[in-house]
Amino acid sequence: MMISLNDKQIQHLYWRTGFGISNHELKIVRKLSKDQIIDQIFIESTKASALSMDFGILEKHPKDLSVAERKQARQLRNKKMSELNILWFKQLTTTKEVLREKVTLFFHDHFAVRLRTPRACIHLNNVIRNHALENFGDMLMEVSKSPAMLIFLNNRQNRKNSPNENFAREVMELFTLGRDNQYTETDIKEAARAFTGWNFTQNGSYIFRKNHHDYGVKTVLGKTGNFTGEDIIKILLEQKQTARFICQKLYRYFVNDIINQNHIEILTNAFYDSNYNLKTVFNLMFKSDWFYDSKNIGTKIKSPIELMVGISKPFKVEYENPKVLLYLQRRLNQMLFFPPNVAGWPGGKAWIDNSTLMLRLKLASLTLNSGVIEWQDKIDIPENPMMSQQVYQKIKSKLQKKVKTEADWDIFLSNLESKNKIALTHLIIQPELSKAANRVVSNLDENDTKNFIIELMSLPEYQLC
Amino acid sequence: MERRDFLKQSVFASGMTLIPSFLKGMEFLSPDQLSGYKNVIIIQLSGGNDGLNTIIPISNDIYHSARPQIAKKINQTLKITDDLAFNNNLKAIKNLYDLGEVSIINNVGYPNPNRSHFRSTDIWQTASDTNQYLSTGWVGRYLDANCQLPYQAIEVDNSLSLALKGNKMNGIAVSDPNQLYRTTREPFFNTIVANTQKEMLDEDNQGYLYKTMLETYSSASYIHKTSKIYTTNTEYPQTSFAKNLKTIANFIVSGLKTRVFYSSLGGFDSHVNQLNSQDRLLKIYAEGIGALVEDLKKNDRFNDTLILTFSEFGRRVKQNGSRGTDHGAANNVIAIGGSLKKAGVYNELPNLHDLDNNGDIKYTIDFRSIYATILNNWLDVDNQSILNKDFKKLQFV
Repeated sequence: MMISLNDKQIQHLYWRTGFGISNHELKIVRKLSKDQIIDQIFIESTKASALSMDFGILEKHPKDLSVAERKQARQLRNKKMSELNILWFKQLTTTKEVLREKVTLFFHDHFAVRLRTPRACIHLNNVIRNHALENFGDMLMEVSKSPAMLIFLNNRQNRKNSPNENFAREVMELFTLGRDNQYTETDIKEAARAFTGWNFTQNGSYIFRKNHHDYGVKTVLGKTGNFTGEDIIKILLEQKQTARFICQKLYRYFVNDIINQNHIEILTNAFYDSNYNLKTVFNLMFKSDWFYDSKNIGTKIKSPIELMVGISKPFKVEYENPKVLLYLQRRLNQMLFFPPNVAGWPGGKAWIDNSTLMLRLKLASLTLNSGVIEWQDKIDIPENPMMSQQVYQKIKSKLQKKVKTEADWDIFLSNLESKNKIALTHLIIQPELSKAANRVVSNLDENDTKNFIIELMSLPEYQLC
Repeated sequence: MERRDFLKQSVFASGMTLIPSFLKGMEFLSPDQLSGYKNVIIIQLSGGNDGLNTIIPISNDIYHSARPQIAKKINQTLKITDDLAFNNNLKAIKNLYDLGEVSIINNVGYPNPNRSHFRSTDIWQTASDTNQYLSTGWVGRYLDANCQLPYQAIEVDNSLSLALKGNKMNGIAVSDPNQLYRTTREPFFNTIVANTQKEMLDEDNQGYLYKTMLETYSSASYIHKTSKIYTTNTEYPQTSFAKNLKTIANFIVSGLKTRVFYSSLGGFDSHVNQLNSQDRLLKIYAEGIGALVEDLKKNDRFNDTLILTFSEFGRRVKQNGSRGTDHGAANNVIAIGGSLKKAGVYNELPNLHDLDNNGDIKYTIDFRSIYATILNNWLDVDNQSILNKDFKKLQFV
């Protein structure tokens, strides 16, 4: 068992449990043992800071709205969805409760809901945050009963004698057991009957509508009874496959795209035996030696949000027009609160295509240096039809004009322990440099520290953590 | 040839520098090779186009009674048969129809239709069942199975749709070849690419990033260079949709080795006062397509081109309370080309007597049958490995 962590391993832990680590923080936690660092990460996330905003007339009962107000409400909903997105992005970059936010981001993807109703969306987001480091079963129950989920998967239309199976199907396929695992079409049909009557009131609180509920006998996953929706959730949690499915997803998100069956079994047993305690499973994961295996370090493709927050955070970036955050998220295919569908973002290599990759590579220079990557060509490549740096800089792209920011370079630079090439490379880049990157870096001028950092953050390797 | 072998051969043939060898090894189709190089252009009318006001069952009483305020009067239409007529904004399409270059396929949809734009678009783009979530598109899987190079499927847009994403390969998104080229001109990135070597292109994530970067560079360079061969002198309308079609025409006539082009026209979600908005969009659509076809004909490429137009769903037969229509199900699909096997009205008109529980048109042709037909009869490839199932082939090409 490892007692302490080296810098690379600490950075790894901070990238996976958050959005990287600043040199300043690194200096402090380097003195701690592995367990102390991890315990501290949990302690920092003890609190759960809910997102909150003023919804104006959207808080009113729709029946109390005038015709003009109703029209206004429609526009306001769209506006509030944008504000909500920016609000969360800001929380992600400034929070002290980093692990809790990261886990919230994971479950935002797991319980993917795509709606244009900001009150329902903020509520669901806060429910997830509250349970993020507590009990998965409680989270599942409260999420299932949230207006957002009831709307999105049509459980309000699910009534006795006219069932809607949407929620019953997805709760098994995507939220608990996983596709084609241990359940049948009959199980879905029977479970749908149990969820009849689940609804919410005008002010958004859950209500069980007895008249809509099917009180008959149902058989689900081999059990028979007059089940309610709560019973079905309980039955799903009794299946060890649920613990396994969640652990597989957690592993892909926090450890590696490629699953190691032994590790999954260890996590699954702990998760199941603790009655789905998320803190238990995370604690075990981060304290395991295999979490720090070199094959797990620097091998994950950052999600667009990880990339954007990772760039913004250490420089305390202020966006002149925060709406550009929405634009960038859209171009990079990860809009917070707008997952593509109930299955969430596909992730991994699916983040990457020609248009997203070129923008991702350009993002650090756009955010931190007005789109400029200084480059003095020292390598003689006679056949290369490269544009000279000067010519290139004259072509201000539309994007450069759009992304206007203020980045605090002073604080970033003053916190650096070393401005040496190797030290900076290790601080900024998680994976080993490829041969190409190595050759490029060896020719870079480290004396212009700011520019050298921009260059490092423009390498393909920076896309990995 | 395996793709990796291709990369080895063409990227690295002349040592370490990337771009020059690509430029050297680059080939485009010469005029005599061009003939017979078939391609398909896929147009999505995003938002759910109201098919009933596009190709109109003009003699149907139910149509008129269900839509007292938004049904088209006969003088607002262009006659196809006694029972069917084009919206009069589709003049250019009607002209092609009269030449035997249009096939109208009615009642296209899928079992258990989903009425969400996003979900139904995903279903159409991935060719999945309604309860199946796929992370690859049908054109992407076509690339995986049958192509060596990403630019064999091009989306004329800023971002790449799911339709063009494969497991091993993605298509290329390009709205402006010069702009795409410019993004690859950044001296710093250029240096990275120039230093890239073949042994770095592993299957792991880092290798994948470098591979995508190389493919972007090679494609940008190829598309930039090749598309300069031909610049159309055909006049196109001043709309961004027509501009995209013009880009496609330039690509085709220049001899780009692309099999599938993808583009879209948005704004069809006509819940409110739909007459004006839909008519305006149909006009943009028809005039753009009209110019494109004229251009391709002038350059003798229309016989090798098939244009498929679809929307993620049709709309409700009955109008709603705001002179619009809500999300529906089955819809018509338009196939346009110089080599259609069966032009005209391909199958029976929608049965407005027999609607589903929501009051929507029931499907009689699975949209994947259309894909299967294009893959099998037009692009000459095995459709089953791409669509994961065997769908009935139609006879329009």
